[in-house]
Amino acid sequence: MSLLDMIGPVMIGPSSSHTAGACRIGLLARALLGTAPLKAVIGLHASFAKTGRGHGTQLALVAGLLNFPPDDPRLPDALTLAPTLGLDVEFNEIDLGDVHPNTARLELEGAGGERVSMTASSTGGGVVEVIRVDGFRVSFAGNSPTLLLRYPDALGVIARVASLIAADGVNIAALGCTRQKRGGDALLVIELDSPLSEEALAFLSRWQEVQWLRLLPSVMDGGAA
Amino acid sequence: MSPTLQQLMDAPAPASQWVLEQDCQDSGLSEAVVRQSMLERIGEMRRSIERGLASAAPSTTGMVGWNAKGLWDAPDRLNAPLMRRVQAYAMAVNEENARMGRIVAAPTAGSAGTIPGALIGVADHLQIPDEQLVMPMVLAAGVGQAISRQMFISGAAGGCQAEIGSSAAMAAAAVTELLGGTPRACVHAASLALMNTIGLVCDPVGGYVEVPCVSRNAFFAVHAVSAAQLALAQLESFIPPDEVVTAMAQVGRMMPLQLRETAEGGLAQTPTGLRVTAEMESRR
Repeated sequence: MSLLDMIGPVMIGPSSSHTAGACRIGLLARALLGTAPLKAVIGLHASFAKTGRGHGTQLALVAGLLNFPPDDPRLPDALTLAPTLGLDVEFNEIDLGDVHPNTARLELEGAGGERVSMTASSTGGGVVEVIRVDGFRVSFAGNSPTLLLRYPDALGVIARVASLIAADGVNIAALGCTRQKRGGDALLVIELDSPLSEEALAFLSRWQEVQWLRLLPSVMDGGAA
Repeated sequence: MSPTLQQLMDAPAPASQWVLEQDCQDSGLSEAVVRQSMLERIGEMRRSIERGLASAAPSTTGMVGWNAKGLWDAPDRLNAPLMRRVQAYAMAVNEENARMGRIVAAPTAGSAGTIPGALIGVADHLQIPDEQLVMPMVLAAGVGQAISRQMFISGAAGGCQAEIGSSAAMAAAAVTELLGGTPRACVHAASLALMNTIGLVCDPVGGYVEVPCVSRNAFFAVHAVSAAQLALAQLESFIPPDEVVTAMAQVGRMMPLQLRETAEGGLAQTPTGLRVTAEMESRR
């Protein structure tokens, strides 16, 4: 954790892991969907389900989905505000097995039929880890700009994406790729030291093999500017 | 990579400058940006203290909300103005937190009162301006990083020793640096504070960050100032600081789940704790 994560975030109480972390999970899920969600089905696991109410976890997750940051004074009213802002939310309790006790699965749907499913854990002090995107196992914290790219597994795609990023003058901090099977759908997750340029993103999205692509902003205060 | 406490202790004085340089290399942020952000956070802490001292509004559950104001308005029977100030500031922040007000997690929201209580409390007592609190705050964060090498700093991960124990250690180092302590003294202050929280369980009544969290912040803010006082007088932790962290982490891993923020043990399971919890359940 960076110094600004240690003394921070500036947030609405009462719990950095249940409130600020949950809000950041909502923000990341919204960014993954790429648009304002119309409908959200949120599964709460273990401690998120058991003690979440007292910590405002539900309010914070919804606040994030509404694009309110962790220090937004509207956070305590997020559940009341959601319907007026066009978001329909449903909560249920789920068992995700052997994952961190503070974990939620968010299934989102946007106005244009966009859909995404994201599972993330809040690991303390407002730090989060995304562990699943649309069924793919992933691991990233949203503490730097993160590129996600879905494509059918084929020779050389990772190398081409990496050279494009290098040509854009951006350094790669971490890179992970999961595929369903050889030749099946693959998800590439690249954590960057700084955001990609609009041009590079537009160029990348025009590639024939790219099915879906998102550049998530950093949701942590100590992340790259 | 986070520093070890030994590295902090061996750093050239002031230790905070070394912490700042290391972190900026890692994050790519400039020192000026981090210093400015810290100053803003000190301002946020101060505002939460002011709101908390002025308000007696109950928290979401009604278990806390008037403690800071009550102490601040009461006569100082012990004639110990520093202690009263540190306690009131710490509770003010945590009562704001329990009311879903705006606070700075340091390192977490449940322990948010300890560092401002100790550092801003001492600074106000001695009339030291906020600008001089920036680097001690950076050192506090560096001590937090050193602890988090071995243990997540949350009650859910390691009990309250990991949460308020960490904030007390961070606060102790910060107060020591503020008062001119050497890097060695700062780290020993942190170590003394941490070694005397080992074993502390996280047992919030009803699972809410209210009881015992609010008063616990007041106690541990004073605990941090007390550790700084010892370290500034050259007293040291007999157990080397990094070994204290290891011991705390080991105890945390041995601690049953019931004593780690689940509200299934300790104060949360007293007859009163259970009655209040049942009342919350029936109200929702």
